[in-house]
Formats: sequence, structure tokens, C-alpha cells
Amino acid sequence: MLQRISTYLYLRPRLILLLLLLPPLIWFLVVYIGALVTMLINSFFSLDSFTGQVVRQFTLQTYAKLLIPTNLQIFYRTTLMALTVTIACIIIAFPLSYYMARYASPRMKTFLFLAVTLPLWSSYVVRVYSWKLILAQEGIISWFARLLHLDGLLNWYLSFKLLGGPSLGVSLTGVFLVFVYIWLPYMILPIQTALERVPKSLIEASSDLGAKPTQTFRNVILPLAFPGVVAGSIFTFSLTLGDFIVPSLFGNSSFFIGKAVLTYQGTSGNIPLAAAFTMGPIVIMIVYLLIARRLGAFDAL
Amino acid sequence: MSESAVLFQNVSRHFGDVKAVDDVTLEIKDGEFFSMLGPSGSGKTTCLRMIAGFDRPTAGQIFLYGQDVSNLPPYERSVNTVFQDYALFPHMNIGDNIGYGLMIKGIEKKERMKQVEEMLDLVRLPGFGHRKPSQLSGGQRQRVALARALINHPKVLLLDEPLGALDLKLRQQMQVELKSIQQRIGITFIFVTHDQEEALTMSDRIAVFNEGKIEQIGTPAEIYEHPASPFVAGFVGTSNLVSGDVAKRITGSEARFSIRPEKIHLGAANGNVDEDMFHADGKVRDVIYLGLYTRYLVELEGGGDLVVIEQNLRTTSMDVMKAKNQNVRLLWKKEHVRYVGG
Repeated sequence: MLQRISTYLYLRPRLILLLLLLPPLIWFLVVYIGALVTMLINSFFSLDSFTGQVVRQFTLQTYAKLLIPTNLQIFYRTTLMALTVTIACIIIAFPLSYYMARYASPRMKTFLFLAVTLPLWSSYVVRVYSWKLILAQEGIISWFARLLHLDGLLNWYLSFKLLGGPSLGVSLTGVFLVFVYIWLPYMILPIQTALERVPKSLIEASSDLGAKPTQTFRNVILPLAFPGVVAGSIFTFSLTLGDFIVPSLFGNSSFFIGKAVLTYQGTSGNIPLAAAFTMGPIVIMIVYLLIARRLGAFDAL
Repeated sequence: MSESAVLFQNVSRHFGDVKAVDDVTLEIKDGEFFSMLGPSGSGKTTCLRMIAGFDRPTAGQIFLYGQDVSNLPPYERSVNTVFQDYALFPHMNIGDNIGYGLMIKGIEKKERMKQVEEMLDLVRLPGFGHRKPSQLSGGQRQRVALARALINHPKVLLLDEPLGALDLKLRQQMQVELKSIQQRIGITFIFVTHDQEEALTMSDRIAVFNEGKIEQIGTPAEIYEHPASPFVAGFVGTSNLVSGDVAKRITGSEARFSIRPEKIHLGAANGNVDEDMFHADGKVRDVIYLGLYTRYLVELEGGGDLVVIEQNLRTTSMDVMKAKNQNVRLLWKKEHVRYVGG
């Protein structure tokens, strides 16, 4: 019987393919796309401000509310934060990835790989809270600054309106630091993978043809690592765009997209506005990916 | 005597305990097509990499046209390399690949394009400039790699088993093409290969490598006809190596000698033996028909066996098979025997 079934399937490869793909397809269509579409539809509904009920009628009213200056400020702030975090992650991740891919011995590579991914084994919330201890007013950083008699410098830095605040634990700088810490592994791994795939002979060929190490880096290594950088930045960028925990814990009163969505959806039950807000990061990501494609990030795929 | 292009003086390259190259002294003349031949791990590629500058000798010195380059980085040497895997830059088109060296030198785009076109003509790929390496066949990529190296007018061109990945027909075609390009532009080619036929076809001189040392340097004819060691006799072409009792029965001395299979004549049992011939009697154990020629494995009386190759000039596959299990007398001229010692 079993053999009959396997013969039957063997002769019909398309049927096997269909059977294999059915579960992920259902999951993808219903859960992924379904949720997104529901959200998109909801963003065209509105909230009756008197009853607090969702009015299920097509309207652009919610989007009109979304695009008021305060909210645009939130988009702007979040995007800027995501961009800075991404750039900082690239700058920190690249040398380490390069070392891992080109110079580290197999043992060292395993060790570094573990070291990079180890934080991902523990809870995100626990790690974020531990940063609270590091950045707080009486936390490790201020203690260390006092020890080195640099507390003046720290206070001077915190006095800046945009970056500072009462302490590092309640400032945009704090938000930035924690974001960079949290997302760094997601940048290191794709860059390392991309660099690993660059054959040594390409680097030798470049140098053989007269290129100094800096020229080889610019003309060969960087372009070939670029898809990895873009892959990593998709993680850091989109994760920063949507996160609400870090800004809630470390931010000052200024809103980020994730925090705004949480407030509208959770606190005030304004699902249409929350849905419209969520469309923001999606649009920003689409623009981001289009720019990346323009720069040739997907040519090698 | 012409100037030496490359000079190795007691060069060694050790990787930990492994002596990849062990005290090699070698002179390659200007304008020569020089091959480094040997099995994998014999040190030939390491020698090439030291000329290119990818590896540095742990001892000894390397001179390029009189200049000590032992510690110069690759980008300060006027040599270029054709890599085994071609190493074309996948993110650049063919034109930019070939023009890479000129781009690095800061030559302006218009001049660069002109020279790239000339190079594409030289390697018979006109109009391929805008394609990507992934769109080319193995043989085409190989020619692009050659053009990319030659456009820089190197004093010495290094080729690291560049034909290894090509099929037989294409390989033979490229052998002829490489040789003719070398003769046209007249620069020194250093060619690394493990394929003895390739080395014999193209080279002016060959160095045979074994275990980090050079066994013999000479012209293809010298290497083939006068192998200096048992290793060379066995590696370049096939040889019968005979020693001990078997050798004593044939030549009257135990000294080890080699005899090429194609020099041995398969004669009738108890046939005449001329004064200038050696002979051995035996029985044909195996016959392998190979189209152009037939290979016989003959078991000698009193032990030992010899491989004999005869061209199928007048014989068919049916004829040669009849030889199996026949008693035969093997005959060869005394002058074809090489005493190889060891």
C-alpha cells in the first residue's frame, strides 16, 4: 500500500510539490498576508469619537489624522533613529565580520560566532532591563565616569537638549546605545556570510593587478560585501522602526512609531489610527529597499 | 646569454613542519615558456605564488630581472597571474575586469576602453565587453583572465593550472593558442601544471617538482628521453622501472633502469635477438585496446612484468586480442634503456 502511494507520487512531481508547499502557503496567505490586509483595511476605517466604536466605512479621515505635524515628527524621529542605529551597527560589525571571515582560525571563529549569538539565547526583555542598570543615574556608567573624574563631561553631554536628559537611562542616546547593542548580531552575521563567500583568489587577483589594499577593499571587497550589509541593515532598520520596548524604557517623552501604535491601539482603542501608523514603517521599508536596489544590492542574487 | 627573468636562490617555504618548497635554486630565462610540472603538493604552485608575491619565502631570495623581490607585495611586482579558478570579479562586466589593472593605474576611461577592445580581439572575444563573467563559458572566462593579465604588459606572466577545468578538446586548442600568444608578444610565461602532456606540448623548458624539490630541469625531449631520476621516469610519460633480480636477468647487472613501453617490441617467442638488443621472455597477461594503440601487460618468466605499447598500424581490435595468454619475446634497443639509480 505504502509502496503504491510512493509510486503514485513519484510519477506526479507536481503533486508532491503542491503537498509540500500547502502548509507554508496556507500559513503565509492566511496569517501573514491576511493580517496585513486586515490592517490595511482597518486603516481606511475611522473611530467615532463620541461612542469610541470603529465605523466600518471607507474613509481617508484616519490618514488625514495620521499626517498631522506631531505624527510626522514621530515618523521622522523614528526613521532617523533607525538610520543612525543601522549605520553604527555597520561600522561596528564590519571589522569584526571581516576578521571572522578572513583571519580567524576555525576555533576562534566558532568562539566569536558563539559570542555574537550568545546574547540572543537570553530574553530580550531581561537584556534590555540590564541596560537600565548600566545607564541609570546611579548606574555603572555614571559610577565609572565619577571614578575617572569624568562626571563633568557626562553631565555636560547630558545637558544637550536633543541627545541628553536627566540621565543616560532617560535619553535618546540611551535608546540609541541599547538599540545598537540589541541588533548588532543581526548585522554581524549577514556581513560575515557575505565576506566568507568572497574567494581569496579575487583579493589576490586585485592585488596582482596592482591594487593596494585600500583599493582592493574599495573595488572588490566592499561591493561584494554590500548585499550582506543591506541584508543586515534590513534587520536593524525594520526592527528599530517597530520596537516599542526600548523607547518606552529609555526614552524621554518623545514618541516613536512602535510606542505610538501601542498607545493608540492599547490605551485608546483607536485601531484604525494604529493600523494607519503601522503602514508608516512598511512604506519606509519599501522606499529603503528601492534605494538599496538602486545601489545594486540585489544584483548578485 | 640572455638575462634571467626569474632567479630563485636557495628558496624555501615552510608551513610549520611542512616543507612545501625546500631549498630550490632555479633560473628562468627572459622570453622563455617555462613549465613547473609535478603532482599536487610538490611545491610548484607555492613557487608560483612566491613569484607573484602571495607567499613569501621563509629562506632564500627571489630575483625578478635582477631585483630582489622576496619581500615586495604583489602590487609592486611587474608580474601578472592567470588564476586556476580565473578569479574574475563577479560584480564587474568583462570590459571592467580586463581594464581593472589600467583603472588602478589611473588611466582614463577612453584610453582604457580602447586597450580593452584590443585585448578582446587578441583573445578572440570581440564585443564581449558588456557581458558578465557568469554569462561566459569556462573557455571564454579563461581567455578573459588571460586578457586581464596581459593588458598590463607584465614582464612575466604566471599561469596556475589555467586549463585544468576545460574539457580535452578545448584544452588542446588553448595549449596551441597560449603558445602562439606567447611567441607573438615574446614575454616570459611560467606555467604550472600537473599534466605532463600539457608541459611537453608548450614548454621551452620544464622543471619537474617532487616533494618540494626540483628533480630535473630540461627541455621536453631531455626530460622525456633522459629522465634523471626514477620519479621523473615514472611521472613524465609511463615507464617500466626494472631492478634487482629481474634487471640482472636482462642486462646482467642489478642496476635499476627504466624503459618506455613504446620502445619495446612484442616479438614471437624464441625470435632472433640482435647484438644491440635486450630481450625478455614472458606471457601476455592482459590486452587493453585503446584505439590509437594497444597496451599489453606481459608477465616475465621468473617474475616481474612489463607494460608494452604498440601502435595499431596494421592491426584491428580482433587481431590484438589474440595475443592474450601467448608466449612472447620482448625486444628493445640497448640505447633506449636509462639507468636511473636510486
